[in-house]
Amino acid sequence: MSTKPVTGTESRQTERQDNWWIEPLFTVLSLGLFGIYALWVAWNRQHFEYGPYLSPFYSIPLPGVHAKDLEWLPISPAFLVLWIPLGFRATCYYYRKAYYRAFFWDPPACAVPELRRAYRGERAFPFVLNNLHRYFWYLSVPVVAFLWYDAIRAFFFEDGFGVGVGSLIMLGNVILLSYYTFSCHAWRHLAGGCLNCFSKHKTRYTLWQRITRINEGHGFWAVISMLSVWFTDVYIRLCSMGTITDIRLF
Amino acid sequence: MPSVTFRVFRGDQTGGELKDYTVEVQEGMVVLDVIHKIQAEQAPDLACRWNCKAGKCGSCGAEVNGKPTLMCMTRLDTIDTSKPVTVRPMKTFPVIRDLVTDVKWNYEVNKKIKPFTPAPDTNWIMYQEDVDRVQEFRKCIECFLCQNVCHVLREHNEKTGFIGPRFLVRTASLEMHPLDVENRLDMLKNEGGIGYCNITKCCTEVCPEHIRITDNAIIPLKERVVDEYYDPVMAFFRRLFASKKRPETAGTAADD
Ligand code: SF4
Ligand code: SF4
Ligand code: FES
Ligand code: FES
Repeated sequence: MSTKPVTGTESRQTERQDNWWIEPLFTVLSLGLFGIYALWVAWNRQHFEYGPYLSPFYSIPLPGVHAKDLEWLPISPAFLVLWIPLGFRATCYYYRKAYYRAFFWDPPACAVPELRRAYRGERAFPFVLNNLHRYFWYLSVPVVAFLWYDAIRAFFFEDGFGVGVGSLIMLGNVILLSYYTFSCHAWRHLAGGCLNCFSKHKTRYTLWQRITRINEGHGFWAVISMLSVWFTDVYIRLCSMGTITDIRLF
Repeated sequence: MPSVTFRVFRGDQTGGELKDYTVEVQEGMVVLDVIHKIQAEQAPDLACRWNCKAGKCGSCGAEVNGKPTLMCMTRLDTIDTSKPVTVRPMKTFPVIRDLVTDVKWNYEVNKKIKPFTPAPDTNWIMYQEDVDRVQEFRKCIECFLCQNVCHVLREHNEKTGFIGPRFLVRTASLEMHPLDVENRLDMLKNEGGIGYCNITKCCTEVCPEHIRITDNAIIPLKERVVDEYYDPVMAFFRRLFASKKRPETAGTAADD
């Protein structure tokens, strides 16, 4: 009969035998690479357009303003818009979970010990600011609306209406972004979650139920919409650089 | 019959050790069966708490291979039995003996929550859509696995400033109740310590009743706390219309 002491080192290690580290590793890699890519795209200021296609990084949410009219700006026009999706995602309940786990190890995975002892959670600066998430949601709705406008414009080529692979990519991207934005927990609360008596508010109840249905997959929409933004930009960039040719379906 | 080694914690508050027991196992066995077999054949003084063997009494919580779980609901075919299987008591609560922990802190915490408070002349008719949400929370069997896994309690031992996921669920079931008129947002923000929760969802991962603790209880409560304390625009409108703190709290059930 072998024995092992219970005190001492035991509290600093986990007995989990599964590969709990895969999830935080994926988060660090995907968020880290996406962050670096987004910054590079914003600094780069080139190849954000091809024909009727416009990279989502350069979609300025102001009527009549196009990124290419803003060449005179000392900073990249991408920075005019990037802070909104950045703030939206940084304060999003899904991403909060992801980065608290992967970057802060608070905790890295369930029942796995942490590295630091001091912990104040979302009670103190800076993370108390995450309570402002709904304001970023308000700002994100017009951003998504402008992305819809861009996606529709992607079907209008110089010779009129048409469908290119890029048009479909831009449409798919804005659909995924809409799912992400409208499955938001703050929106779910504002639309109906704040009520206690649904039977008195039938319309808001129906709306809340619909949001709840897509909110169940909020983490999925968060990840997939981030990948689709990246993919849309890569596609338009490669077309603009002449590396690949956009196929016109009709 | 294959034999499997179980490494079971034996000890009390003063310390203890993991002891190996090799047990012949059969198809369909759960971890609690193994513990009972060890009690019957090798260690009659092995302490464990159990009652229903059906995942409903919430008393057999432990950590199997480092994962908080109900022993009676953990089938051996869901874990790797080719290596020794570790069974420890819940880490967050003081050990009484072997696999039995003292969970009375939870009952003390419960007292911080103001009980169900209907309006004096309540009309007790309720509609299903008004109670669907709170019915999910009523499924809780008080196994305290969520309290055990929550890193705020487990790692930071924040047992004075934080009530833990189980009691956030209970508060949600009262705050969202269509007939309750009490306000618990101040408790949530202050002694309830909802801000300690960083929505990392371990509570949801372990809940044997599959209550969507974070999505359906904690995040909605956090949003209500935001309404009250962190949203200046909402506060402005509240003052402008000088309405009650929570305009939607209904004193009577819907009668339309
Ligand atoms: S989501 Fe919050 S309450 Fe649940 S385990 Fe994590 S920190 Fe604890
Ligand atoms: S919420 Fe779930 S995990 Fe927590 S005590 Fe209740 S049943 Fe157990
Ligand atoms: S919770 Fe994720 S976007 Fe609002
Ligand atoms: S014995 Fe009742 S839940 Fe396991």
